[in-house]
Amino acid sequence: MQSFDLGQEGLRALNSSLHALKGQTNMTAWEVINPKGAHAIAAGVDAPVDITVRGSTGYYCAGMNKQATIRIKGSAGPGVAENMMSGTVIIDGNASQYAGATGRGGLLVIKGNASSRCGVSMKGIDIVVHGSIGHMSAFMAQSGNLVVLGDAGDALGDSLYEARLFVRGSVKSLGADCIEKEMRPEHIALLTDLLKRGEADGKAKPEEFKRYGSARKLYNFNIDNASAY
Amino acid sequence: MTDLPRTPPRYSATFTPAVNAEIRRAAASGIYDIRGGGTKRHLPHFDDLLFLGASISRYPLEGYREKCSTDVWLGTRFAKKPIHLDIPITIAGMSFGALSGPAKEALGRGASEAGTSTTTGDGGMTEEERGHSKTLVYQYLPSRYGMNPDDLRRADAIEVVVGQGAKPGGGGMLLGQKISDRVANMRNLPKGIDQRSACRHPDWTGPDDLEIKILELREITDWEKPIYVKIGGARPYYDTALAVKAGADVVVLDGMQGGTAATQDVFIEHVGMPILACIPQAVKALQDLGMHRKVQLIVSGGIRSGADVAKAMALGADAVAIGTAALIALGDNDPVWEEEYQKLGTTADAYDDWHEGKDPAGITTQDPELFKRFDPVLGGRRLKNYLKVMTLEAQTIARACGKNHLHNLEPEDLVSLTIEAAAMAGVPLAGTNWIPGRNGGF
Repeated sequence: MQSFDLGQEGLRALNSSLHALKGQTNMTAWEVINPKGAHAIAAGVDAPVDITVRGSTGYYCAGMNKQATIRIKGSAGPGVAENMMSGTVIIDGNASQYAGATGRGGLLVIKGNASSRCGVSMKGIDIVVHGSIGHMSAFMAQSGNLVVLGDAGDALGDSLYEARLFVRGSVKSLGADCIEKEMRPEHIALLTDLLKRGEADGKAKPEEFKRYGSARKLYNFNIDNASAY
Repeated sequence: MTDLPRTPPRYSATFTPAVNAEIRRAAASGIYDIRGGGTKRHLPHFDDLLFLGASISRYPLEGYREKCSTDVWLGTRFAKKPIHLDIPITIAGMSFGALSGPAKEALGRGASEAGTSTTTGDGGMTEEERGHSKTLVYQYLPSRYGMNPDDLRRADAIEVVVGQGAKPGGGGMLLGQKISDRVANMRNLPKGIDQRSACRHPDWTGPDDLEIKILELREITDWEKPIYVKIGGARPYYDTALAVKAGADVVVLDGMQGGTAATQDVFIEHVGMPILACIPQAVKALQDLGMHRKVQLIVSGGIRSGADVAKAMALGADAVAIGTAALIALGDNDPVWEEEYQKLGTTADAYDDWHEGKDPAGITTQDPELFKRFDPVLGGRRLKNYLKVMTLEAQTIARACGKNHLHNLEPEDLVSLTIEAAAMAGVPLAGTNWIPGRNGGF
């Protein structure tokens, strides 16, 4: 394992080394020590490598990740795995605001709780939160799946497009155009797979979740809906 | 008995026929008017400024003989690979979706031949534009449609869009009529629905976050790309200062004459400031921070001619951007299509329903039958010609003012025809030494 001391060597040297891992490399295991809340740790990686960050991270850790598996052995600041394309990001602790924002692919697993706007504008990413999520989560979420083992805060799925939301606990309130939908067999199958990949299959059963999605009433502007905004 | 003269019909200056027509339209439809373009009202503008030209106290340069350079570097503050353009007139961000693929190709062709850059828009980066633009600026927008690290890396610069002059504080809407399969796919949304573009970024708020966002973008692109921050003309002094504080290489400032693909008419006409009022405030912010010319300033909104370019640069801009003017150069609103404009209930030079996707000129549309009318090679040539003419015009004025580079133009070369423009631009009213608000004025 290649160990990288962020406190000693600095962010630019870390990301520059990770960006150099193009194509085939046999150095596939990386460890980052002393992250101390630094921003943009392992942002823009595009290689099938494993990166373990030993500690908590600042803003935008694993931003725009492609292919890499990034484990944060602590909590993550705002915008973790924002706009992720592929790969996996797993956070042992909690995640701050905008976790997985605009993510287009890959899997984001948060073992603690996530703050507000989790999955905002998500565009294809899968997010599994073992704890609860804050208000305005999945705002304008376009596609992908958000799975929450705990509760959801106010205005879940406001102005939602085609993303699927699965919540096991309570939902404080639903946002504009977000409604509860029927759980069909294909959703159970999807959820079974997501719980397994999200390292949560021992913690919850698919049948315990409710599904939420778009009522599709705000898809084309109608003046009679103006009060919904 | 003879008839006494009657009072002739008198129209109200407040309730004009146009105002009344809008009240009737609102009453009948129940929805506000949506349109494209920028403000149509009369505003203090570059037309209200004049150059003084050389005299005994300064001497001019010889046209056709003595050099007057036009090149500009952008992104010299932090980027490892700053941009070098032959002319200081860039093409502003316009989306694929709002514009057809062939129109984006034409912008790339014309700009590249003229030695300048084009800019993507809300639809992401298309092959038409990347392939034909030698220098391409990739916009980083709140919607993040199509955003990905590969396109960030193959861009020549990144423009973080905070606002635009047509609608500072507003998001966007691409109506369902223009959402073809390709547009829908690029934006990862169902076909035919109205696509909203958010007014705020989803993962940062305020200048401190912006600084960290810029750090992330620089890290992802290994500090190679210049990072622009685009702001609408609302509070240009503070927004420019905050963009500089957040680490921008370039500030792009768009006045209320700047166009949009679609937004509410009330927004276009009543929010934001004219570019003339914006430039001096932004330049003051840069000067106060000791960053004028170090962080470059690109201004846009109503730039039409080489005179406008020269005036913007004399006020302190490093470069300008054109959007609406570029579309007109391509053939938008051309009277050659008058019969079809009439069928749409409008007329050439007034057509602004770009959001409906029925553009007779085949530019602001996603209808394959309509965009067949538009030849991107010819369109590109027209744009190149127009950019060349603007450059020659600006050089003509600069030489007359004795300047061997467009960047050497200065406010001292200008006077104003109106008190309003004198106050906004910070140059004296012609024939006086009076700058309202300065020199002991109010």
